Amino acid sequence: MEGREQEHRPRLAVWKLASCDGCQLTLLDCEDELLALAGRVEIAHFLEASSAPGPGPYDLSLVEGSVTTAEDAERVRHIRAVSRRLVTIGACATAGGIQALRNFADVEEFRAAVYARPEYVATLATSTPVSAHVPVDFELQGCPIDRGQLLEVLTAHLAGRKPGIPAHSVCFECKRRGTTCVTVAHGTPCLGPVTHAGCGALCPAYGRGCYGCFGPSDSPNLRALVPLLRSDGADRRDVVRLLRTFNAAAPAFAEASAEVEASAEAEASAEAGASAGGPAEAGAPAGNGDENGTEGPGEDGPRDGRSTP
Amino acid sequence: MAATDGADGAVIGTGGLAALVRLLRERGRTVVGPTVRDGAVVLAELESADELPYGWGVELEAGRYRLRRRADGAAFAHSAGPQSWKTFLYPQRVRRWSADRGPDGALAVAAEPEPAVSYAFLGVRPCDLRAIAVQDRVLTGGRYADPDYRGRRAGAFLVAVECTEPGATCFCASMGSGPGAGPGYDLALTEVVDADGHRFLARPGTDEGAEILAALPRLPADGGATAQAARTAVAGAADRMGRSMPPVDLRALLRGTLEADRWDDVAARCLTCGNCTMVCPTCFCTAPEDVTDLTGDHAERWRVWDSCFDLEFSHLAGGPVRSSGRSRYRQWLTHKLGTWHDQFGSSGCVGCGRCIVWCPVGIDITEEVHALHAEARGGCGAGGCGCGAAEDGAAEVGAGGVGAGGPGAAPGTGP
Repeated sequence: MEGREQEHRPRLAVWKLASCDGCQLTLLDCEDELLALAGRVEIAHFLEASSAPGPGPYDLSLVEGSVTTAEDAERVRHIRAVSRRLVTIGACATAGGIQALRNFADVEEFRAAVYARPEYVATLATSTPVSAHVPVDFELQGCPIDRGQLLEVLTAHLAGRKPGIPAHSVCFECKRRGTTCVTVAHGTPCLGPVTHAGCGALCPAYGRGCYGCFGPSDSPNLRALVPLLRSDGADRRDVVRLLRTFNAAAPAFAEASAEVEASAEAEASAEAGASAGGPAEAGAPAGNGDENGTEGPGEDGPRDGRSTP
Repeated sequence: MAATDGADGAVIGTGGLAALVRLLRERGRTVVGPTVRDGAVVLAELESADELPYGWGVELEAGRYRLRRRADGAAFAHSAGPQSWKTFLYPQRVRRWSADRGPDGALAVAAEPEPAVSYAFLGVRPCDLRAIAVQDRVLTGGRYADPDYRGRRAGAFLVAVECTEPGATCFCASMGSGPGAGPGYDLALTEVVDADGHRFLARPGTDEGAEILAALPRLPADGGATAQAARTAVAGAADRMGRSMPPVDLRALLRGTLEADRWDDVAARCLTCGNCTMVCPTCFCTAPEDVTDLTGDHAERWRVWDSCFDLEFSHLAGGPVRSSGRSRYRQWLTHKLGTWHDQFGSSGCVGCGRCIVWCPVGIDITEEVHALHAEARGGCGAGGCGCGAAEDGAAEVGAGGVGAGGPGAAPGTGP
């Protein structure tokens, strides 16, 4: 079986769920490597590049997008069933994407506000990552994913090795490229210390704070970061907005934004109580609880499919 | 040459400094020194001394760095910036070897040639001079010398500049590594700016340093006035350190406080982002990075900076050994101040204060050690932990456990 497999080019499939296509396009963006890639793999299913998909099964499936409909929940199970390896690409497939903002709101309200005929739109109440539905072998983070990292995942798959995709913070990348820390030197709010590396610390290199488009690192300490964002001038609403973008539903970001929101509401109701005349109890402190999750790499345990069989 | 300099060294002006940069460049050296970029004094290649941060100082606090204009026009009145010399001696990513598979399937492995670079570092602060010595020991002093580091280091010409303006996060005096320059420099300068002008006391530390100094234009002899002013300024700097370590045997303190509650406290604040280790001038941990190309016929091994704060750094079969932030911070601190002695015969900390400044949340290594010390004093009393709390008088000896040098080493204590 193994021997025969080596004679064939591995069959690659690229799939799309709820997403913007940006991550798939990253594959087409590999202009210099595309011919070499096509020589090593058979691109069997890739609607963005060819309208004639070949039948499964596939050796490697790249899945873009999140699950937002009952049909896609079914489809992702089919994708898993016809794929030897399943790799998610991008924030949607890995964390639910920007469309997971619905997870914090009432999707019925959105539907009524956005669509002239809301009854034509059948959608789930939440946007969920692929891993919420089927086992995933590797998750490539980023919105969009990094071209070099995608090639590394494909190359590693071909070589039968683990992809060299570090899960540490963006700070590593800033320091390696010699960027002066925008938080320490300029007081700019930055999500770099809790954000997964991979972009090469692009924003800080241009003097901007990281906005977390690669999602949480493998050991984010949001309870330590939120007070820093606050002292750098972000109010609670800013912090919630910063955490609720492309990776809003990634567990570490979602829990932190919910905590900040809850403390803001507690403070608001305390203020309302105070202005009503009563000596109201002071609001909860700024989401800086005592019992910090210092044991273990965060609340999500093993992730990224690093124990690929 | 140096015969005319006298015991106190020579005095050069800003013109002499400009000539120094010119001369080093003419000799084929890549001159690296401090310069202002992106709101910080960074280390970068200098084409002329005009690029030095004349008139810039810094205001430092835990987690905070700001440039400040200075009226006196001094070039070296700033303390440690965001980078250290390891950026050049031990670059963040270096190829070690590459391998190609030929058409016949045979592998050809090519080792990376030793780097052909000849640096001159201008403005090496005494803490960083010590840091380079520490890295020398780590990277070339044992059985497994690092050829890339050796190549870069062997030809490097070091111009130390003593500290007269310590930052609020500096504590070299309590680590015995400054503010006067210890051994290891080729040329040492002490900047003096006063009513008599802007000038530098210059002392050679090696033959090449003496040779270079002899070729520089001098200011007229001033009867030792500049040397005296330099001595006074450096001695004064020792008294103005913004931070200090507790004057106890730090190695024993850390050995005795492995289960202290303080580790939980610091872990709650620590981002485990790795900034402290990246800016530390002695932290040397790296990871191997293997790269293959799409053809599968070409492979490369790279050495990249890594950090004990990286969860994957301690990944063994089954997962990371140090999975909690607590265990990773403790690993860093106990190694830096404690087990480094067992491994390399010195402390791994030189008191530059970078880890304090560049920690986004401002975790202060000296504050943590003071807290551990206080907890040990409160907790053990009888002195069983070895921290010396029960016998403070005796423990005052050997500050920092770093051996010779001592706080406030005067200028000219080098060779």
